[in-house]
Amino acid sequence: MKKQFVTLAVATLLVGTAFAQANDTLAKVKAAGSITMGVRDSSGALSYTLGDGKYVGYHVEICQRIIANVEKAVGKKLEVKYTPVTSQNRIPLVENGTVDIECGSTTNNEARQKQVAFAFTTYVEEVRIAVRANSGITSIAQLNGKNVATTTGTTSVQLLRKNERATGVDFKEVFGKDHADSFLLLESGRADAFVMDGQILAGNIANSKAPADFKQVGEVLNVEPIAIMFRKDDPAFKKLADDTIAGMAKSGELAKLYDKWFVQAIPPKNIKLSMPASDANKDAWKNLNDKPVEAYAKK
Amino acid sequence: MTLDWQVFLQDDGGGRTYLEWMFEAWGWTLSVAGSAWVVAMASGCLMGILRTLPQDTRLNVWLARLANAWVELFRNIPVLVQIFLWYFVLPKVFPAMQQVPGFVLVVLGLGFFTSSRVAEMLRAGIQAMPRGQRYAAMAMGFTTWQTYRYVLLPIAFRTIWPPLTSESMNLLKNSSVAFAVSIAELTMYAMQVQEETSRGIEVYLAVTALYTVSAFAVNRVMALVERRMQIPGLVVAGNVGGGH
Repeated sequence: MKKQFVTLAVATLLVGTAFAQANDTLAKVKAAGSITMGVRDSSGALSYTLGDGKYVGYHVEICQRIIANVEKAVGKKLEVKYTPVTSQNRIPLVENGTVDIECGSTTNNEARQKQVAFAFTTYVEEVRIAVRANSGITSIAQLNGKNVATTTGTTSVQLLRKNERATGVDFKEVFGKDHADSFLLLESGRADAFVMDGQILAGNIANSKAPADFKQVGEVLNVEPIAIMFRKDDPAFKKLADDTIAGMAKSGELAKLYDKWFVQAIPPKNIKLSMPASDANKDAWKNLNDKPVEAYAKK
Repeated sequence: MTLDWQVFLQDDGGGRTYLEWMFEAWGWTLSVAGSAWVVAMASGCLMGILRTLPQDTRLNVWLARLANAWVELFRNIPVLVQIFLWYFVLPKVFPAMQQVPGFVLVVLGLGFFTSSRVAEMLRAGIQAMPRGQRYAAMAMGFTTWQTYRYVLLPIAFRTIWPPLTSESMNLLKNSSVAFAVSIAELTMYAMQVQEETSRGIEVYLAVTALYTVSAFAVNRVMALVERRMQIPGLVVAGNVGGGH
């Protein structure tokens, strides 16, 4: 009885220290014997589910490499737990320690950098316009007076609003509750255009009933660095993640992974997004950095 | 985790603060819920009455069947699915509906969904009364319309007022499904703004407070009406006086 009590007290103490060192992710995962990866259900080819609790994608695969290096650093095999996150809960879950490393489609911006930290940018997103191929729309200026769809809870909404004020092009915004819904707005004619991240548009078009009926047109509205996210003020973990990415960039593995997810056929339907790496992407791999989106706008 | 309420004073990029936007969104929530309440009460009461009509003429039999079908149709389909049917499916079938604004569709969708529940309450309220009341009215020579207007409905409404209060509050909270068809109401505001500002906790707390205040206001108004309608000595409305 007494022995059990002592064990309990020691265990409580250990848990206590684990909490005290909340921002030392390496110590935390070593103590727990497991690491939790935050993943998305449908963030294009960056992170998505195949069903059955299986998650795959470009960022998921990069995270798996980082976790392999974490295992080397802590000197033991870790159990990898996958936790699906949403745009609403991903930052609180990383902050409170539920998720150790988020591998989805999070834009690195200044507001978020106050709460969390990002690894080197691994993917540069271009926000673009998708229209029905027969609509004759080729640029944002032609959207005057038209209905423009975008998805609630994305930065594209804010972007549209700013763009509207800057250019005086006056369009009506309609909001889908998720990307599939926004695409339905475009497909059903309720909207004339769908403004969203290029790879999400490509994925929705490739998955639609008649992919030839839709196309991406016009200028790139915005460029956003998308990166893997983890807790702030944890230099050891950030260095490990950054070093892993730097190693992959140097060996050309990053470009190969990109090709695997964004150019070649991907599961589950074996469709091709056919989106060769943009110059912005190649530039990010060459000059590795964790600059927020605001730094891109200044260029 | 520290809360940062300054976030509501920031500009949203379009020339208004997040606070202003939140009150606009609140306005949408109240408009959707208010309009849907009117639709729900009007069609719900009509259907509830039709279901209790005396089955003595062929017309009444068919009216009761229609009302039964109405209630079963609207209460057996989840409300979110109904909203989608109104917004995406019906306009495909009837292209003219393409031009109808989303606001009208969501008011109809939410209103008819709630109407099925109001109809059932009213039916229960009428059927809970002793059958003698109806017979007494008939014996006095009242027409069916007069029987309902002067004998059955005044008591039935007093009986069902407390559940009707809950239903009205539910309707206000159910109005959050309007976000699914791009009405810029509070739930959509919360989802969008927490993304733009990365201050989800503050945004959701504020929106929760607004929902609570609105629902409680509905509760108080309904309770006031309940007190005012009280008939001294009538057991059903009793001397409870509250709406909780």
